[in-house]
Amino acid sequence: MADIQNYTLNFGPQHPAAHGVLRLILELDGEVIERADPHIGLLHRATEKLAESKPYNQSIGYMDRLDYVSMMCNEHGYVMAIEKLLGVKPPIRAQYIRVMFDEITRILNHLLWLGAHGLDIGAMTVFLYCFREREDLMDCYEAVSGARMHATYYRPGGVYRDLPNQMPKYKPSRWHNKKEVNQMNTNREGSLLDFIWDFTERFPKRVDEYENLLTDNRIWKQRTVGIGVVSKERALQLGFSGPMLRGSGVEWDLRKKQPYAVYDKLDFDIPVGKEGDSYDRYLVRIEEMRQSNHIIRQCVEWLRQNPGPVMLPDHKITPPSRVAMKGDMESLIHHFKLFSEGYCLPPGEVYVAVEQPKGEFGVYLVSDGGNKPYRLKIRAAGFAHLAAFDEMVRGHMIADAVAIIGTQDIVFGEIDR
Amino acid sequence: MAEAELKALSETIQNRFGPHVLSLEIANDELTLEVDPEFLLEACLALKNEPSFKFEMLMDLCGVDYLEYGVSEWSTTQSTSEGFSRGVEVAFPEASKASETLENSEVSEVSTSKTLKTSWQKPRFAVVYHLLSLTHNHRLRLKTFPKADFAASIDGEHSQDSYIRVPSVIEIWNSANWYERETFDLFGILFDGHPDLRRILTDYGFIGHPFRKDFPLIGTVEMRYSAKNERVIYEPVSIEPRTLVPKVIRDDNRYL
Repeated sequence: MADIQNYTLNFGPQHPAAHGVLRLILELDGEVIERADPHIGLLHRATEKLAESKPYNQSIGYMDRLDYVSMMCNEHGYVMAIEKLLGVKPPIRAQYIRVMFDEITRILNHLLWLGAHGLDIGAMTVFLYCFREREDLMDCYEAVSGARMHATYYRPGGVYRDLPNQMPKYKPSRWHNKKEVNQMNTNREGSLLDFIWDFTERFPKRVDEYENLLTDNRIWKQRTVGIGVVSKERALQLGFSGPMLRGSGVEWDLRKKQPYAVYDKLDFDIPVGKEGDSYDRYLVRIEEMRQSNHIIRQCVEWLRQNPGPVMLPDHKITPPSRVAMKGDMESLIHHFKLFSEGYCLPPGEVYVAVEQPKGEFGVYLVSDGGNKPYRLKIRAAGFAHLAAFDEMVRGHMIADAVAIIGTQDIVFGEIDR
Repeated sequence: MAEAELKALSETIQNRFGPHVLSLEIANDELTLEVDPEFLLEACLALKNEPSFKFEMLMDLCGVDYLEYGVSEWSTTQSTSEGFSRGVEVAFPEASKASETLENSEVSEVSTSKTLKTSWQKPRFAVVYHLLSLTHNHRLRLKTFPKADFAASIDGEHSQDSYIRVPSVIEIWNSANWYERETFDLFGILFDGHPDLRRILTDYGFIGHPFRKDFPLIGTVEMRYSAKNERVIYEPVSIEPRTLVPKVIRDDNRYL
């Protein structure tokens, strides 16, 4: 009898379940995966090298494009690294705004993850539910920065502008008459904060809806329970962070353990998993959405009561106001120098880590005293997670490979950089 | 991390490693330890396992190329009347051989004017490890400067090339696997003992190590679909390197 040999299967580079451009070489024994070799780099843009050729501020926009579903959290890491090397602290109101948008971003990310992960393993409905809520949060991004995704809102020294006092409204069109538009605009009558507050009132019920669809769903459990189990020891050894680490039962969250911005002033809990399988990671992320909602509410309350500056008045690193610039020579020079040459950082190196929705987002910045970074290294959470893919997927079926890609919350913008 | 904790950790490290510590400094609330590549594995093992350190996690590993450290593109202390030419002045003519094949020779004519005056004293490449201890909640930056190893070259033709080698820490922290592949890919640093040191981020069949400072930002080849050959072909780059904003270094306190 002839030997039955293993065969290799090419998965991707373009595959609907690959969450971007991932190419997997799977070595199969029947339908069981013996070895997986992810080929990455198909989205490599050399962000770090590009950053070396531009002044600091011009690279903030690149940070949005790293993990393009958690845009503002990436910006936060980068601007914090610059601020740390400059030795400045942004105004307290700016820090609250940052934290609020970090958490909005976390919900955005987890919603996309939940929808896409559900879609991958056969739950179509939840995708539509998740995108309904994402729309509202995208509107918050748009209201504050003008862009729905790539905001470039955080700047060294604060955030670019204060929260708007009114939300943009829908206008009647061929598709929506006046009555419908009035209906759609009901929660847009007040300021952005009112809109966000209204969202946080609704959101916990929406999370219940997702849970109704999935948590006790037999098919969902069959696809996730006991899939991609990672023990505590292995999770540490493999450099996991974020929900991947917490799903394995390690209570570690930078927002609590090494608090940055104003996280030490806010009340929230860290959910931790027990088994370290896909289902636990799902539960952790669901609970994180509830906690983020709780944090956003605290920020909204604080921001309503405490007006103030959102940018440092130091015009060596932040632009002067438009009005001042038109009348004052000094301001004009500051403006010109800032937007042409930028500012110089003192020589030195820093490593700043923030708890981004996917895990630890680290920025290692080396400066030689110039107006451009000498070396910028971005530590992307997904990179370490995908590196562990081979280990997680061994012995599982092909269909589980998709479930494991899903549970890792992979985004290629940050892995390939 | 608090100042006192950092000092305590720094003292513990100094006492434990003694003469092997090449430098140990606290800057920007961060502790940086530098060791010799030969002592690296021993230091890593101790840092991971000994109860006073317990660095269970390797969060990041990356290379740094110090070739142009402290070199500015435009010095404005003496005169600003000459302006800044946006054509890139190539500091390393040997590295830009590919661009010489281009028809446009103007670029290479301007290119010789930049002189390299880096103040960097140490070896050109560094490998930087960022360690995290969950037990004690502290971080450490571990640095090592591998020396170019000329003797290791086997091929007679390439004896000019040097090999930069560091021992791999993959046995100590498994997460080093892809980070070391990335560092090899982008900087050409070889990790002894790595089981699968392949390129990871760059294209299949890529030549060169793109994050080295002497590798041009625009690269050396470009890819397009050729209708004549009916396939994708690679050609030398046809665009000129440009600097949009010159790099300046100001020690002036007005600017900080």
